Amino acid sequence: MSKVVVIDGNEAAAWGAALSRPDMVAVYPITPQSSLVEYLAKFIADGRMDADLMDVEGEHSVLSVLHGACLAGARTYSATSAQGLAYMFEPYFRTPGLRLPMVVSLVNRDSVSPTCVWGGQQDAMTVKEVGWIHMFCENQQEICDTIPIAYKVAEHPEVMLPVNVNHDGNYLSYGVAKVELPDQAVVDSFLGEKNVNWHACLDPERPMAVDPLTGGATGAGPATFVRYRKGLCSGMRAALDVIVEAHADWGRRTGRHWSPLIEKYRMEDAEVALVTIGSMSGAAKDAVDEARLDGRRLGLVKIKTFRPFPVVQVAQALSKVRAIGVVDRAVNFGWNCGPVFQEVLAALYHLPLRVPAMSFIGGLAGADITVEHFSQAIDRTLRLAAGELAVEPVWLNEND
Amino acid sequence: MNVQAPPLTHNDYKSDVKPIWCPGCGDYAVLSAVTRALADLGRPREQIAFISGIGCSSRIPAYTNVYGFHGVHGRALAIAAGVKLARPDLTVLAAGGDGDGLSIGGNHFMHACRRNVDMTYIVMDNEVYGMTKGQASPTTAPDWCKSKLTPEGTGIAPVDPCRLALAAGANFIARGFAGNPNEVARFIVEGINHPGFSFIQVLSPCVTYRPEQREWKSIVHPADASPAQIMAEAMHRLAADDGFTTGVLFQGNRAPFQPIGKNVATFADLERKFES
Ligand SMILES: Cc1ncc(C[n+]2csc(CCOP(=O)(O)OP(=O)(O)O)c2C)c(N)n1
Ligand code: SF4
Ligand SMILES: [Mg+2]
Repeated sequence: MSKVVVIDGNEAAAWGAALSRPDMVAVYPITPQSSLVEYLAKFIADGRMDADLMDVEGEHSVLSVLHGACLAGARTYSATSAQGLAYMFEPYFRTPGLRLPMVVSLVNRDSVSPTCVWGGQQDAMTVKEVGWIHMFCENQQEICDTIPIAYKVAEHPEVMLPVNVNHDGNYLSYGVAKVELPDQAVVDSFLGEKNVNWHACLDPERPMAVDPLTGGATGAGPATFVRYRKGLCSGMRAALDVIVEAHADWGRRTGRHWSPLIEKYRMEDAEVALVTIGSMSGAAKDAVDEARLDGRRLGLVKIKTFRPFPVVQVAQALSKVRAIGVVDRAVNFGWNCGPVFQEVLAALYHLPLRVPAMSFIGGLAGADITVEHFSQAIDRTLRLAAGELAVEPVWLNEND
Repeated sequence: MNVQAPPLTHNDYKSDVKPIWCPGCGDYAVLSAVTRALADLGRPREQIAFISGIGCSSRIPAYTNVYGFHGVHGRALAIAAGVKLARPDLTVLAAGGDGDGLSIGGNHFMHACRRNVDMTYIVMDNEVYGMTKGQASPTTAPDWCKSKLTPEGTGIAPVDPCRLALAAGANFIARGFAGNPNEVARFIVEGINHPGFSFIQVLSPCVTYRPEQREWKSIVHPADASPAQIMAEAMHRLAADDGFTTGVLFQGNRAPFQPIGKNVATFADLERKFES
């Protein structure tokens, strides 16, 4: 029987992970992830979860331990934030190339410098090109549900890629809400028989040395390397359908139907749209509702799956509007605008007609993006629709 | 007439940033030991660089009035070595916690000891990760069950930072207790004056996550012998030690690190060059 509890986002993630029955968890604490892994330690101590938990000396070791465990056939889980992810980067970069299907929660936090321990999505946005699948959750229930879905996607034979399930630090990690915990039997039958790592594991029938030297200018090197790179792209491409199927399957079993790639909110007749990602979407939807009450035809597109980027879905959803405002919780240095904004622009290029779009950046270092901020963003985007161009991003919390 | 500026007092080495450590945290005493030591040495503030990592303890440079850098978790020693090699005329201090120095930064600790760059490193040891709310560190006893991350204890043997430092080649090793800041100040002065890599472990209670460490004041005891000069002897003593002996435990005589094939200019050299 499923059970309703009132928990914070970190506990919701811990439940999502525990219900997915990982064999191995490796951790190093960091704010705001620490309580998540402490919940897992408690589940293990209470006998609710049967996994090995290794408390190691740093995040580089965390992911390396998981590599070893995953290659040995274990289902693996960890969680980290900002600096922890940065220190993990070397094995992180290697994970998709090795096609190791693990799930790691990112409790999103802004990255130094300047020194900061508060929420922001700079951590995830900085590693978006590496080959991990990225999903972003809006609320505590979605965190809990998305982790089992993530395992289903990661371990799918046509995908075999690691997944980061993102939830915003502070606002979701410590914010409390009602969550319906799925029944263990439902999660078990959803995930099916555990077959984590069929392509590279300790199998006496097929002894193999994983990841020998490839590349170079001669021999089979370049072709092998290209084959692996293309394979990773195929896995990413295949993931789009698998993510949709997995969400649908989850919905049938639990009655909770999450939008798998993007969510369209009041988009049917929208003339102007906001694009959001993560927990900010709740306040943004309220601002859209307010604008609708004032007779303005606003809509919203929320991005759930950021990698692989749902190019077609995003372009189609936005094809009919007259202007778009994309709200980011991170900065793309170099383009000097929001990273999600850049992605949306690239998707829009596939449309026959040009739709003007502009970048808003808010919620950095734990700042709140309020309904008021979204209303300002809506006003500015309406002016864009009327022809007032915006080349520079608007920094929402600049004068708070 | 030759007017001389009055000598700096320990308060002159304090910044006006108010520490946000918990009331009763041992790190306050370490801060006051550092500022006392610097006043005793009489070094001008601009000739001192103080580098830390991340942790409650690693906030210490912000509370002093010398050049400070709040580094990356675990990397204080690598950064400090960079500062010292680029500016050999500076007095370089590094500090941080047991987690910063021995867990995530353990690798650097070993290499800093063996490289023997002329600097002084203070580990404020509270046998816990204070900043992330109380997880076991490499100096935590294996049966400490109060951490939510290891509710049954770590089951892993802790390291003694002084033994590790000795084995890896540190040239000066001392252990102090935050409850005795004057003694800690003296160790810092001696450490700075001793050439090469000087390591000072300060038992610095975390009153919030390890309240039982208040008892340390009745457990610590001074060394009953003068500092060992020979490694084997120091090793022998440390092997039999309970981890609560305070004092200078080792004074070696290895020559400090010199970068190969390069005579680094001192600030005075640069000034002379500029004048000529
Ligand atoms: C790469 C990285 N991982 C994790 C953290 C989170 N973190 C900050 S301080 C700390 C441990 C601090 O322990 P210690 O060095 O003993 O200092 P104390 O707070 O006890 O003084 C951790 C795990 C971080 N800042 N960076
Ligand atoms: S948590 Fe512990 S180490 Fe950190 S300031 Fe408080 S008493 Fe000191
Ligand atoms: Mg500590």
